[in-house]
Amino acid sequence: MKILVALKRVVDYQVRVQVKPDGSGVAIDGVKMSINPFDEIALEEALRIRDAGKAEEVIAVTIGPQQAMQQLDSGLAMGANRGILVKTDKAIQPLTAARVLAQLVEKEQPGLVLLGKQAIDDDCNQTPQMLAALLDRPQATFASKVEIDGQSATVTREVDAGLETLSVDLPAVISTDLRLNTPRFIKLPDIMKAKSKPREVIELDSLGVESGDHLSYTRYEPPAQRQKGEMVADVPALVAALQAKGLI
Amino acid sequence: MAEGSKASSKVALDPTDLYDTRSMLSDDERMVQDSVARFTDERVLPIIGPCFDEGRFPAELIPEIAELGLLGSSLPTEYGCAGLNAVSYGLICQELERGDSGIRSFVSVQSSLCMYPIYAFGSEEQRQRFLPGMAKGEIIGCFGLTEPHGGSDPGSMKTHAKRDGDDWIINGAKMWITNGGLAHVAIVWAMTEDGIQGFLVERGMKGFVTKDIHRKMSLRASVTSELYFDDVRVPDANRLPNVRGLKGPLSCLTQARYGITWGPIGAAIACYTEVLENTKTRMLFGKPLAATQTVQRRLAEMARRITTAQLLSMQLGRLKDAGTMQPSQVSLAKWNNCRMAIDIARDARDLLGGAGITTEYCPIRHQLNLESVITYEGTETVHELVIGREVTGLNAF
Repeated sequence: MKILVALKRVVDYQVRVQVKPDGSGVAIDGVKMSINPFDEIALEEALRIRDAGKAEEVIAVTIGPQQAMQQLDSGLAMGANRGILVKTDKAIQPLTAARVLAQLVEKEQPGLVLLGKQAIDDDCNQTPQMLAALLDRPQATFASKVEIDGQSATVTREVDAGLETLSVDLPAVISTDLRLNTPRFIKLPDIMKAKSKPREVIELDSLGVESGDHLSYTRYEPPAQRQKGEMVADVPALVAALQAKGLI
Repeated sequence: MAEGSKASSKVALDPTDLYDTRSMLSDDERMVQDSVARFTDERVLPIIGPCFDEGRFPAELIPEIAELGLLGSSLPTEYGCAGLNAVSYGLICQELERGDSGIRSFVSVQSSLCMYPIYAFGSEEQRQRFLPGMAKGEIIGCFGLTEPHGGSDPGSMKTHAKRDGDDWIINGAKMWITNGGLAHVAIVWAMTEDGIQGFLVERGMKGFVTKDIHRKMSLRASVTSELYFDDVRVPDANRLPNVRGLKGPLSCLTQARYGITWGPIGAAIACYTEVLENTKTRMLFGKPLAATQTVQRRLAEMARRITTAQLLSMQLGRLKDAGTMQPSQVSLAKWNNCRMAIDIARDARDLLGGAGITTEYCPIRHQLNLESVITYEGTETVHELVIGREVTGLNAF
């Protein structure tokens, strides 16, 4: 079985994100970029499944600019067998991403697609579900535990009411949640070893995928600054202050 | 207010990398830095305060340090090493010392002072015998050069080795030896009839004992020891065959010292980051401490000196990778960067006020550690005199 893992290049989670002065987007020049943490968890899970002998190959895929090769390199250094960069300088939206991934799935025929439940930049949480729908295959989202048993997978999901366990037939799409695993450290010798792993670059335009980018972003703004609070002496003063502001 | 509103109309720089030195790194180098940074954040920082307090080296980290490939990272892969370049080694040192100088010292000694001489001066048999185990952290090394009378004049060492048939008999003592008590093998430099030579003295050889130095106020999360040699019989097979004279140990020190130019950048960034956050949020006289001119001047000074140090080490690393680095260039950066870091650590400690005297905050720990770092591998004065000699052509030692 092959496992396809999707990795998205995003601003590192430790970076204090800044909106560009003209409001056209988030500043990424000179900013540390990383693999979307949920996708890193997906890759870790794929590697564990492979290393347990339940898959033969882990293919890491990313869609993005040439610089996204850095995230693919990281994925290969972590242990993926080969990488595919679908190159585009446009910031694509979930439906386009899902259509691209669906095409790669048709070509590679993986038994499992693992990807993060959402990306920490746009927080869409749509690509895995759309991908499963396009492929007409089962989906298990927000996985906190994944067990592969032959032709099916048992997945524990984190839902509002607690944990839900379901069984899906393979091939399936599984999206990963935070508590599924802790991704391994990249070992320095593996950075050098990963250099010889195959990397394929496909121009997004060459795939003939119909664009699903139907949303247009008009303006970005940083969250409003928190106003300085004021201390009140007691409950009557609090009530009076709230009344003065017309809040009660 | 004009300046303030102007500042918000552009994207702010990274306060710990004002000149965007990260953009000078290759993708591989960035990956190295990120991986070691994560190790420091997740494995070192949560335990290092208590380790320092207790005077304990966290030896439990050795297997992970080895698995990450941090030991002998610049040596070839055929010996089980990572085969990385000099800039990567520098970044390893910087990120480890952002955690603690003791952890970085452990890696510096193992990599530059022990594995490097075995690789550079050892026989192929010695390389095969020691390097793979040392890369795995299963064999720990220490480097015996400094003696009790002082480290700045190693040429007049008293430890000596005398030929006796196929063996050598070593007598003497070494002092301030990082990793001494942990070491399975000591690279010992001893005077012989043919000048200074290096010997691999193994734990268990009769007459070789180590004694850890206690009551340290610095590098408390690191093992520092004395080594004693009382008629230690060492086979000639344990002599490093390919170097004679002071250039042997001094070339090792150039390697380690190169890494040490990077290390204190990490310590300084740790102190500066903590004090920046603290002074921006701590309110005194109705405004954040960092909103005052005196505090801003001190923070700006820290930023300026960190930036300078980053650029020095980066260029030094590029020279080293090009094979043109000169020892005096290392001296300049070691001098500058240690002085930079200790000044920043002391000032950060001061800016934290009373809180700064506890190891709840990192500056006092880094400050105390840096007292060692500015002393070992050539004191500040020695490096000033190296530069003095470089520019005048006159030896003032």
